[in-house]
Amino acid sequence: MATATSQPIKIASIEANHKTRTPLQMAITRFARHRAAMMGFVLMMAVFLYIIIGSFIFTEKDANFNDTSIRLMPPSAEHPFGTDRVGRDIMARTIYGGQISLIIGALAVIVEVTLGTALGAIAGYYGGIIDSLLMRFTEAMLSIPSLLLLLVMAKFFSGQIPDVHLFGRTFSGSVVVIIFILGLTSWMTLARIVRSTVLSLKEQDFIHAARALGATNSRIIIAHILPNSLASIIVAGTLGVAGAILSEAYISFLGLGVQAPTASWGNILTEAQEFQIIKDAPWYWFFPGMLILLTVLSINFVGDGLRDALDPRSDKKV
Amino acid sequence: MGQYIVRRLLQAIPLLFMTSLVIFILLQSAGDPLATMGGRVPPRAEDRERLRRQLGLDQPMLTQYVYWLIGNDWVMIDRDGDGEGETPGTRRGVLRGDFGQSIVTRQPALQIIVDRLPNTLILMLSAEILVISLALVVGVISAIRQYSLLDNILTGFSFIAFSMPIFLVAFILMYIFAVKTREWGLPYFPTAGMFDPAEGRTIAQVVWHMVLPITTLALIGVAGYSRFIRSNMLEVINSDYIRTARAKGLQERTILYVHAFKNASLPLVTLIGLDLPFLLGGAIVTEKIFAWPGMGRLFIDHLERLDYAVLMGILMMITAAVVLFQLITDLLYTWLDPRIRYN
Repeated sequence: MATATSQPIKIASIEANHKTRTPLQMAITRFARHRAAMMGFVLMMAVFLYIIIGSFIFTEKDANFNDTSIRLMPPSAEHPFGTDRVGRDIMARTIYGGQISLIIGALAVIVEVTLGTALGAIAGYYGGIIDSLLMRFTEAMLSIPSLLLLLVMAKFFSGQIPDVHLFGRTFSGSVVVIIFILGLTSWMTLARIVRSTVLSLKEQDFIHAARALGATNSRIIIAHILPNSLASIIVAGTLGVAGAILSEAYISFLGLGVQAPTASWGNILTEAQEFQIIKDAPWYWFFPGMLILLTVLSINFVGDGLRDALDPRSDKKV
Repeated sequence: MGQYIVRRLLQAIPLLFMTSLVIFILLQSAGDPLATMGGRVPPRAEDRERLRRQLGLDQPMLTQYVYWLIGNDWVMIDRDGDGEGETPGTRRGVLRGDFGQSIVTRQPALQIIVDRLPNTLILMLSAEILVISLALVVGVISAIRQYSLLDNILTGFSFIAFSMPIFLVAFILMYIFAVKTREWGLPYFPTAGMFDPAEGRTIAQVVWHMVLPITTLALIGVAGYSRFIRSNMLEVINSDYIRTARAKGLQERTILYVHAFKNASLPLVTLIGLDLPFLLGGAIVTEKIFAWPGMGRLFIDHLERLDYAVLMGILMMITAAVVLFQLITDLLYTWLDPRIRYN
């Protein structure tokens, strides 16, 4: 009798001592303990603050204002990052260029994740002929060097999209083009990851149970399978942003990316690639180059931390 | 085994066909190759028409693709514009080894590509060899000394190098080793081209000019490869057979460099095999910065002029090499790891 009444009290006391934590809370704790990831996160916030606060100090007009009497001036109090070869303030240009580069990175990854997840899930779930067709197509895309394909597509779409007006600002149509083609050329790896998780999940009991309850295929995929592959999608997506920012920088650097007057970190560097400028005006390429490095580095650190944090098996002592 | 190889090669045919068709359509609709012909003076309208007919650009896109693929020496071409073919076609098509003619130089596209190929190979293969040897050293050291100070430094360094845009690496190297060292009166490296025209194309000149581009490529490459080697090595070191080797009293050095390293380098074979064909495409950004006359620059220069014969040649050559190297890698793997069998 006495033991029977003491039982629930005992359980309650255990719960009080060891608070049950949700998987999300555990992931956040793991992420916060990951030193490199936290460093990356802080760095990332610093870059965000730079381009957000910066746009209150400089207007976009400042970024595009040229004054040829102050061409290629070294950093000074008035122009902390110096001026470029038509006398524009490089700091203002890195701020507005950074917004464009980050927007491109983020939106390109949305295109990439949507395409990769959809194609991977469809291939893995339906199998058979659909699977082999989609996977052959993925292989074909992977066998073309991605930068060459990007350049061909950039050439294909160049000048076909008119300028976009948003929030009182004008964006070159090339921004839309770059977002679109970066997404179109980078979904393959993610599609393969999603496909393999779907393949391993679709024969499990809870999926059979869902089907027995009459769930439709699309409901099974969206409500039951995809949430289980969310971790790998998030990690691939985060690292994808870093890749997209670098790719944007490369095609803009080669002159086929974001077109002037819209600045991006990559196209600031296009103008800086003459040997005379590399030699005499190092500030011209150093600051935008460093901003790309810091951004990509911080995103890679965060992505790496997320990979460890979202993996329930990695609950080791860090 | 023979059957497996044949099946893989047969599977490659639709893949190559699909890729070539898609890229052909993309390139053909990317713009008018005649727009940039004739330099500053745009050609007159009737000259344009004549050129278009001569180059076969007046044909529907799919017809052009068929001519590119199997040639047009079996049809009569209408050159004078009266709607009737009177000149026999001369092209033999890619399948018979004719990649068409460059619109820019009027040379056979294949010739242009083959002329550039050695320049790219010499740069990319030297860089790849340097990358693999450095990455092996770095990767193995940081795996053996996991979480040591050295490992942390190497790991941090490779994270930074991995996140570097390649042009920043190139600019910093140029600034230090070509600009600053010159100011300080130290020996400095050349930053453009393959050789000094005054000296001629000697081996010493080419090696001297390769230093900066190769260092640039290696810094970025080592970062990725060494992470890969480190994680493979770690996985192997913690496996049972290594514990057995330790238990039977083998020397630690024998265990690491003979037992562990052999198995840890297996996945590396795959990685290298899959990377090698892409070296053919050169390094566009690096080649452009250092004015290296390789495939990457060839591609970007001819893309500006929409010279599709050369562009298609480069892209199809790489795609075919990718397919071939995938097969070779898979076969090599069965030989290296007898546990794997293909049927």
